[in-house]
Amino acid sequence: MADLTGIPTMNHLTTARIAPQVTRSHWLAPLAPRSRFSLRAAPQVLALAGAAFGVAPSEQACRAVVQGTRAALWLSPDEQLLLGLEADTASIQADLHAALGKAAYSLVDVSHRQTALEISGPNAADILNGASPLDLSLAAFPVGMCTRTLLDKADIILWRTQHDVFHIEVWRSFTDYVTGLLSVIAREYES
Amino acid sequence: MLLIQCPYCGPRPELEFAYGGQAHIARPLKPADLNDDEWAAFLYMRVNTKGVHAERWRHARGCNRFFNALRDTTTDHFLAVYKTGEARPALNTAGGHS
Repeated sequence: MADLTGIPTMNHLTTARIAPQVTRSHWLAPLAPRSRFSLRAAPQVLALAGAAFGVAPSEQACRAVVQGTRAALWLSPDEQLLLGLEADTASIQADLHAALGKAAYSLVDVSHRQTALEISGPNAADILNGASPLDLSLAAFPVGMCTRTLLDKADIILWRTQHDVFHIEVWRSFTDYVTGLLSVIAREYES
Repeated sequence: MLLIQCPYCGPRPELEFAYGGQAHIARPLKPADLNDDEWAAFLYMRVNTKGVHAERWRHARGCNRFFNALRDTTTDHFLAVYKTGEARPALNTAGGHS
């Protein structure tokens, strides 16, 4: 019998053990693990956090700001998703707690909650539109725009990083579902 | 697909939204002072408008914010959306919406 009391915490699991296996193809690529934080606070506190994090959060709705290895994605007027290098997880957390002090905020490490996928190529928007009714034309969804939305049944965060490259954040247990669904749709565009 | 205008995110598919019931219902400041009939009216009694209805919506699969909307219940047209806490906007009735 295994030791049932010794249930490992997330810290003892390597990302490789919990990460779903995603098969790379010409339009789909799994992205490297990274640190992720859900930060919720009033706008003036978010600005304070931005100074400590090194990325000034967007005040415009649905926009991502990238600075070096870090990014801040607007999810709501009081909510930002902070992305950074996996190795920086502890320092980001410490820096933000130090900078925000007694301000009212919530900072949650969600690094292991989500996996990141990259959908790219000339059919990237078409493939996503197979499961999402969002208008993904460049006029309505320009480069740098990000949003939480639904991809069929799964909650995702969709972020257009380049003209024909989309970064999506998927909850870990939905990754198989999302990649399977998109793979079926992508067959339409195989030559 | 019906598009709903989120006051924060812009037009989004209906799938991302959740209905939140009639808008502008203020919770009594001292519920203990109410008799049962008044409390029941606060909890349960809602208008059943045929025409322009002020109602709450939540962009549940997007920015997660509640907001208010004026919707014509006969046509399902959204006539206006406004943020929580803002007054109900006046409609230009000449447009034939109400």
